[in-house]
Amino acid sequence: MENSKNIFNEKPKSSLAKVLDIISTMASKPSGFIGLTILVFHITLALTSPWIAPYDYKAINPSLMLNAPSSEFWFGTDSLGRDVFTRTILGGRTALTITFFGSIIALLWGGLLGIFCGLVGGRIDDIVMRIVDAFLSIPWILAMLLIVSLLGTTTEVLIPALGFFYGKGIVRVARAATHDVIAKDFIVSAKARGHSNLSIIWNEILPNVRDAILVEGAMRWSWMLLGFSSLSFLGFGVSPPTPDWGLMISNARGLMSFAWWAVIAPIVGLSSLIIGINLTADAFAKALGIDRSTKAPV
Amino acid sequence: MKTNIQEIKDLSIGFKSQKGRQISILRNITTNIRKGETVGIVGESGSGKSTLALAMMGYIKQGLFTTGGECLFKSQNLLSLNNKELEDIRGRKIAMIPQNAGQALTPNLKIGYQIEEALRLHTDYSKAEREQKISELLNQVRLPSPKIMALRYPHELSGGQQQRVAVAMALAGNPELLLLDEPTTGLDVTTQAHVLELLKDIAKDTGTSMVYVSHDLGAIAQVCNRVIVMYAGEIVLEGPVRNILKEPIHPYTYGLLKSIPKLSLAGLPDSMPGSQPQPGNIENGCSFYDRCNFSNEKCKTQVPELEYLSEMDTSVRCFNHSEFISKTSEQKTKNHSQKEIMIDEILDLKDVSISYAKQGIIDQFLNKVTDTNPTVKDINININKGETIALVGESGSGKSTILKSIAGLLKIKDGHIKFDKKKLLSGDLKKRNSEDLRSIQLIFQNPDESLNPNHTVEQILSQPLKLYFGLTGSKLKESIAELLEKVRLGAFYMSRYPRQLSGGEKQRIAVARAFAARPDIILCDEVTSALDVSVQAAVLDLLHKLKEELGTTYVFVSHDLAVVKAISDRVAVLYQGRLCEIGPSKDVYQFPSHPYTEVLIGAVLEPDPDIKPKLVAEDIVEEKPPEIGCSFQGRCPRIIGDKCKNETPPWQIGDNGNAIRCHIGIEELKIQQS
Repeated sequence: MENSKNIFNEKPKSSLAKVLDIISTMASKPSGFIGLTILVFHITLALTSPWIAPYDYKAINPSLMLNAPSSEFWFGTDSLGRDVFTRTILGGRTALTITFFGSIIALLWGGLLGIFCGLVGGRIDDIVMRIVDAFLSIPWILAMLLIVSLLGTTTEVLIPALGFFYGKGIVRVARAATHDVIAKDFIVSAKARGHSNLSIIWNEILPNVRDAILVEGAMRWSWMLLGFSSLSFLGFGVSPPTPDWGLMISNARGLMSFAWWAVIAPIVGLSSLIIGINLTADAFAKALGIDRSTKAPV
Repeated sequence: MKTNIQEIKDLSIGFKSQKGRQISILRNITTNIRKGETVGIVGESGSGKSTLALAMMGYIKQGLFTTGGECLFKSQNLLSLNNKELEDIRGRKIAMIPQNAGQALTPNLKIGYQIEEALRLHTDYSKAEREQKISELLNQVRLPSPKIMALRYPHELSGGQQQRVAVAMALAGNPELLLLDEPTTGLDVTTQAHVLELLKDIAKDTGTSMVYVSHDLGAIAQVCNRVIVMYAGEIVLEGPVRNILKEPIHPYTYGLLKSIPKLSLAGLPDSMPGSQPQPGNIENGCSFYDRCNFSNEKCKTQVPELEYLSEMDTSVRCFNHSEFISKTSEQKTKNHSQKEIMIDEILDLKDVSISYAKQGIIDQFLNKVTDTNPTVKDINININKGETIALVGESGSGKSTILKSIAGLLKIKDGHIKFDKKKLLSGDLKKRNSEDLRSIQLIFQNPDESLNPNHTVEQILSQPLKLYFGLTGSKLKESIAELLEKVRLGAFYMSRYPRQLSGGEKQRIAVARAFAARPDIILCDEVTSALDVSVQAAVLDLLHKLKEELGTTYVFVSHDLAVVKAISDRVAVLYQGRLCEIGPSKDVYQFPSHPYTEVLIGAVLEPDPDIKPKLVAEDIVEEKPPEIGCSFQGRCPRIIGDKCKNETPPWQIGDNGNAIRCHIGIEELKIQQS
């Protein structure tokens, strides 16, 4: 409504300009700004931490066991005398990388399968959705434990396994979003012209459901991060001595009563990243005009 | 002179843009509603008529605010009252009837309960009196057997009955002023005529003042005493209905009336150039300046005031209204001649039946459909090259279903569709070859839905060009520019998104997309019913010109008989999926005709208060066609007994060449209908 005149003279924007536009809209609200700041901070840290870490993360020093935070060791040291600050700033690297790629896999298979089911409908849709429902009913952590104990805890196993389990929910969201547009005449028109299913998905449906799926993917990323950290916490994620928040929390939690710093630092690291992603995803949804509060995610 | 019930003084309503600029939606509205009169507010979408109606009950939409003036109901300014005070007025003194009653009624409450709720809130009746009053109200809106009706849920009623319930609820509080926001827009023609008749009677019986908001001048002509014509948030003309509709002295109203297709006129209506300015875009001068054929320099720079002409009891906002009257008489209506169609069959529908029934497991196994009473049955239509054939009927008549099966979107149960004399068209879209797909293109009713909102015009138009002709690069661009030119749009539209276009422009893009495939047949599904009248005339004109240029065949589906008369060469009238009458359009509109055609033509509302609709049949809605006998037996005003119920009527050829499917002989029909 606002600038009805401007809207008519608006030039189509390049994709980059559109992305910048969305980001500036996101940052214009306090919650979006905070979320973006935290996320950017974490990503920068993950990219640069090997060069800024003050100590060697695996250097064990029995004489420095459980030192309280000091000017020398900002976050104190852990039960093996390792610098907690070093391990904390390095501890998000593995989790971020694995879950980032895991989310992309989840988005791709979940999104495309969901759109496909929404488009073809009928029996194929019924069968696929029942299979997805069946998988949704399996507690993911049990299934993950089974997979990693059978195949090992390598990155090549973790990324597709997490991607698979967190993609199931996206199938439902993508299917629902597709259902919203599928009855519109522009899809009927494309069908009547004789376009192939693939072309209809790519040209007509994808641009209209892309936003909903991206937002859902961003939310899944934060959940996956929590899931991955839980696996590490249980000893099935990253293997020692690689620093990882879940593992660090697990190792230090027994000493919490007298060496709180060793457990607080990774907790703050993990929760701030998750909050950052959540806030960003919400701001992203609002910037795109999707109100998540009205649509219950699966 | 009667007393005023509502006085609106210099009312302006607007909103603040993000840049802080104040943009007006209503500008300096001053008018009165007198006791016992029915006032029509007419305008195209975006003219501010609904905003004005809502302000009349003290409601201003969120984001809008009053920028000046007041709205006095019995010398009480509604716009300054708080919610508590407004509650006492709304429902009791001013009531509103919404456009879509189906959505305004709560779906999970019985209608009796909903009317009682209105009574409880707005009256002081006791419980027993309320019971009594519910029946009275339902009787008043002429719903059959009120006791049973009250126990029904909204979904068990037809659209017309739902609208009647909404009227009953509005009448519950015995209001002095009734606001009606497009109350008949979503209804079928016959139902609409009946609801209007009811409203007129209620106005007469109860003496309630009514404000009737509509874009439909035909409906306004039937119910209103006085008309207010709005344009771009201003009143441009106001006066008694006869003066306004018979001798409009404002160029906008004149153009609007000219652009309405009428049964009494042959050929296409005149179209008005341009479109209504957006709020905030109105610069100096008259808001209609850009589209006016009678404007001069003064109109460009000075804003005309609303001028009251006492001899006509009319107010007009135009500098040149006195000269305008003499100028209009010189204008001639253009008359397009219907050219002779050669018998050169391009599409042949033979014994086509379509069923929506689901197959049982055994039937699926045997691959057959056992629906004995399909939705569409026995359709035989031959379509010749270059002609425009229209399928007419009310909702549920199967006209869109037939269109979809021609396009291959629906499988046919029996019969066949032959294309270009030889080729059988497969009912399965996937089995049609690319050439057949290209030859038949569709244009949809609502361009908002038929254009992908995330595609630019260029992307939209390139889809068929790439698919059928494999065009790329500069060839593709050239073709798109050519197409845009064809639909009278500039090449600079290429980079725009559908949301940046007006309704008419969007529909032009949809037309261009259909023509991009260079089709032989274009299927038009209610292509103008989502558009404003002045835009509708322009789109019809465009379709007609493109046809003359390219020789395309149109299959035109519409519920609007006047539009159909304007554009089509031949008309097929459908009722409940069965053909009733088919013939050259000029003959179908003449008697003798099938009783259903007679009912339809009778219900058409002309924008003339002196032409009343003829209501010959009840507006019952039938869910399913009868299994045997004539499809129209349930509503036929001329039913002749068991023959109609038991035997399928024969085809008879009238003297004008129109085929009528009726048991009553042609001569007999002629006598009855004359």
